[in-house]
Amino acid sequence: MSLTAPNEVVTRALLRQVNVPGLDRPAALITLDNGFDHTKPNTFGPGGLTSLDEAISAALAADPAFIAVTGKPYIFCVGADITGLPQLADREQALEIGRLGHRVFARLKDSSVPTFAFVNGAAMGGGLELALHCHYRTLSAGAAALALPEVSLGLIPGWGGTQLLPNLIGIPAATQVIIQNPLMQNKMLKPKQAAELGIADVLLEPADFLERSLEWAAGVVRGQVEVTRPEVDKDMWAGVLYFARQTLDQRLHGAVPAAYQALDLLETAKDADFATGTAAEDEALADLVFSEELRSGLYAFDLVQRRAKRPAGAPDKGLARPVTKVGIVGAGLMASQLALLFARRLQVPVVLTDLDQARVDKGVGYVHTQIEKAVSKGRMDKGTAAKLYGLVSGSVDKSVFADADLVIEAVFEDLNVKKQVWAELEKIVKPEAVLATNTSSLSITEMAAELEHPERVVGFHFFNPVAVLPLLEIVRGERTDDATLATAFAVGKQLKKSSVLVKDAPAFVVNRLLTRFLGTVFAAVDAGTPLEVANRALDPLGLPMRPLALLQLVGPAVAYHVGGTLHAAFPDRFGVSENLKRIADSGQPIVVDDEINAEVAKLLVVGDQPLTEEQVRQNALDALAQEIRLMLDEGVVAEAQDIDLCMILGAGWPFHLGGVTPYLDRTGTSERVTGRRFLPRGAASLAG
Amino acid sequence: MPREVRDVVFVDGVRTPFGKAGGMYANTRADDLVIRCIRELLRRNPQLPPERVEEVAIAATTQIGDQGLTIGRTAALLAGLPKTVPGFAIDRMCAGAMTAVTTVASGIAVGAYDVAIAGGVEHMGRHPMGEGVDPNPRIIAEKLVDPSALVMGSTAENLHDRVPHITKQRTDAFALASQQKTAKAYANGKLQDDLVPVAIRDEENGWGLATVDEAPRDTSMEKLATLKTPFRPHGKVTAGNAAGLNDGATASLLADEATARELGLPVAMRLVSYGFVGVEPEVMGVGPIPSTEKALRIAGLTIDDIGLFELNEAFAVQVLAFLDHFGIADDDPRVNPWGGAIAIGHPLASSGVRLMTQLARQFAEHPEVRYGLTAMCIGIGMGGTVIWENPHWTAQEGGDK
Repeated sequence: MSLTAPNEVVTRALLRQVNVPGLDRPAALITLDNGFDHTKPNTFGPGGLTSLDEAISAALAADPAFIAVTGKPYIFCVGADITGLPQLADREQALEIGRLGHRVFARLKDSSVPTFAFVNGAAMGGGLELALHCHYRTLSAGAAALALPEVSLGLIPGWGGTQLLPNLIGIPAATQVIIQNPLMQNKMLKPKQAAELGIADVLLEPADFLERSLEWAAGVVRGQVEVTRPEVDKDMWAGVLYFARQTLDQRLHGAVPAAYQALDLLETAKDADFATGTAAEDEALADLVFSEELRSGLYAFDLVQRRAKRPAGAPDKGLARPVTKVGIVGAGLMASQLALLFARRLQVPVVLTDLDQARVDKGVGYVHTQIEKAVSKGRMDKGTAAKLYGLVSGSVDKSVFADADLVIEAVFEDLNVKKQVWAELEKIVKPEAVLATNTSSLSITEMAAELEHPERVVGFHFFNPVAVLPLLEIVRGERTDDATLATAFAVGKQLKKSSVLVKDAPAFVVNRLLTRFLGTVFAAVDAGTPLEVANRALDPLGLPMRPLALLQLVGPAVAYHVGGTLHAAFPDRFGVSENLKRIADSGQPIVVDDEINAEVAKLLVVGDQPLTEEQVRQNALDALAQEIRLMLDEGVVAEAQDIDLCMILGAGWPFHLGGVTPYLDRTGTSERVTGRRFLPRGAASLAG
Repeated sequence: MPREVRDVVFVDGVRTPFGKAGGMYANTRADDLVIRCIRELLRRNPQLPPERVEEVAIAATTQIGDQGLTIGRTAALLAGLPKTVPGFAIDRMCAGAMTAVTTVASGIAVGAYDVAIAGGVEHMGRHPMGEGVDPNPRIIAEKLVDPSALVMGSTAENLHDRVPHITKQRTDAFALASQQKTAKAYANGKLQDDLVPVAIRDEENGWGLATVDEAPRDTSMEKLATLKTPFRPHGKVTAGNAAGLNDGATASLLADEATARELGLPVAMRLVSYGFVGVEPEVMGVGPIPSTEKALRIAGLTIDDIGLFELNEAFAVQVLAFLDHFGIADDDPRVNPWGGAIAIGHPLASSGVRLMTQLARQFAEHPEVRYGLTAMCIGIGMGGTVIWENPHWTAQEGGDK
């Protein structure tokens, strides 16, 4: 075997003969185990595949009653060792990786001895594909998740997944698992769903999963257990794929080659024999391994998996102070969402205040309603609900903050209002209580300037909806001390957010970039570019939504306000659009059913220098590159990686762009605009 | 409130294969062993709605770690029984599971509940005998108990001193017979149906499946004669004529007889009487003699009424002392017909139910036998005996044994 991966953590295939009651000769049980606990899951590199190959040979040599493959505790196998992919020297090696997997896995499919996968735990990618090659599958109801997530990274399930799955569970479900789920925040299947889709033949309880699996397998071998699977409907094949392609075009406009490769392979799977289908997988995989989108995807995956868990620049965790009670100033929608989040995650008393009892009641009422909804949908048990009801309260008297360890304000976005709030609070709260502000654009330093203890003020910038979006920008003011910052990071972690440390600079990271980006799009509109043209201009990037839809989500009024703050700070780069103000004032939606609202178009007063889509796109990308370079030079964040992490987690920018800087690098935008790349060649891109 | 004592029946019993300490269960938790038994009992008796189980008594001698945390309750929860099913932990050393059975049987008899699970577990690999014990210094200061009473092998040597006519030759012969009877029982498929296969795992071999006892071995009088006597220089007790250090678990289903019939549960044995009696701790092996006399007295029976004996073979000398006392031959076919703990193993608190499960199967094969008994010696000087009636018994000409 020519392939080696020097850093591979080899998942060994351990073979044991087992005597199963009722069978006259031993069965071969293969355990996949990389020697670590479940926190380092099993994966397949060349070494692991070779080990499996040898185990299958040894198993067959003993003429077993059946061959079964299972995993180590909690983990079946989570797929190919993707860390080795960027090290592949050329396309031939990439082809070889695909072929090696196919050759080894096919032995389980082609075996004359019955083969079984006992999927005892998480099974993803190549792990699930291995299971699909077996003749039969049992699945533990305790398995954490099942998925074919390859497309989310920029790959395809290229070890047989695209050919086996549709012919097992039908084309609609296979398209969902292979294409739609990976592109939907990488949604995974719970065991029950996987069994219902037909991925497993039987779902067994975790308590005695292996024993029951062996017994079930013996029953199958002896003909006592009959396995029936619904026939796959081939008539709907083309129709389902046509619809899937349309949906992809609408969302991604061709920006994710892996998704289209997967579609093509699913099409092939209808009639092609398995050898032809898998050969097509090999070619597709080799193409994708040497695609910029995959390199960006792997970089983004690493950011989200690792950098997000160890925020750059966060102070020593040991400095964090305990937070046993949280105060929230304001009882509006944002405040209520925060109250629920803090109560749910920190499990400490959370108290809301507002100017009058009616507002307080409304805020607390909102929290209660959300809890009731969660219970009725089965997402929260009654005990937790009872606890949360007790934890969240409201008051018109701010003295309830006296024993709070952290008070966060979510009042009107105005510097003077916020300063007044803090001044009033400082007389009530403990001297070391952390004062956090949920401002999206105001200066933390200025907000704290007149306080007796400005060192305990910190920015806590959440993204709407706060329960869903994983990003938290933690803003350090000029005088914020390490203990306050450490407390903020500790709370962020407890809230299950990914925190990024941001300098106190106007609008921080995500809002500053989105505002600059939308600003160029709106400048084009002001100049006379039709709204439709401006709106379509970014389509080739495959962003989660078009610019005007984003503007609508943010709200034209908010966008105008944040734009104003940024204009004040950087008047030469951030313009003020009167058209945006007109839209905001009108209160009309910009987009209705994906179409530009003609009423809004009529409000605009525009010039006579329309731009093409390409010009709008270039302006927007150039502006992003310039702004990011300036932000890095100002030290808003530590590195370009933090910008990308913010854009991925806070704005939902896609993996195939690597957030944004890998895309700006690979399109040559960064070098053209700023004279240099953001990331070295090879870090998030092809080396060559 | 006047009330009747109800008849209690043994419905079914299962056990894990017994392992050698440090052997096949080295990486298996003790609680998982007994959970596996409970789940299998429920699976074998689908007529029993799980919520009809109203008590779970699980015995363990060393109730710490994975044998602690009120193991009857936690094992019930982890086995998937409804949360409404209570449970408790119980300890009478080697007779733990036996005591679990007699305790829940008493509860059933007085009508406290209708159906209960009783079992035991001992993982002597993870919990060696004497782990964490803290004997009261008065035991020595006041000479209350000979210090040798805490070492079971020494009590067996002490017993040899009291019954000098039982030679090492005789204990070895009894031990060899035990091995041979067990081998034959396996060959004839007598023991396999009691066993619940258990998934096992180790780092070098991955997952496997325990399906047979690990302890039985092929031996001979010659080999047995060469074994060391670890408890006394030039003594008589060896690893060959005693039960080993083992890991394993058992569980059984007991019910009020009327409830069993209502639910369509099989009736394998009917409880007649039981007795526990204390003896001198330093010769704890004689315990089953007075406990059997007590149980017989309560039942109004004599030793001649007993057609089958399942005696725990903690030590060959202790079984032989029992047989001599009651005038039964060493090779009487009524005694341990499928061998005993010397071959199969003795995971302390679990063994009582193994005796019962095997007696139940023998009852089914011997409708001519009316009564059988299970008996065992117990650390710190006790014996325990339970007498059972065979529901398959049909009166035959020439007596009702």
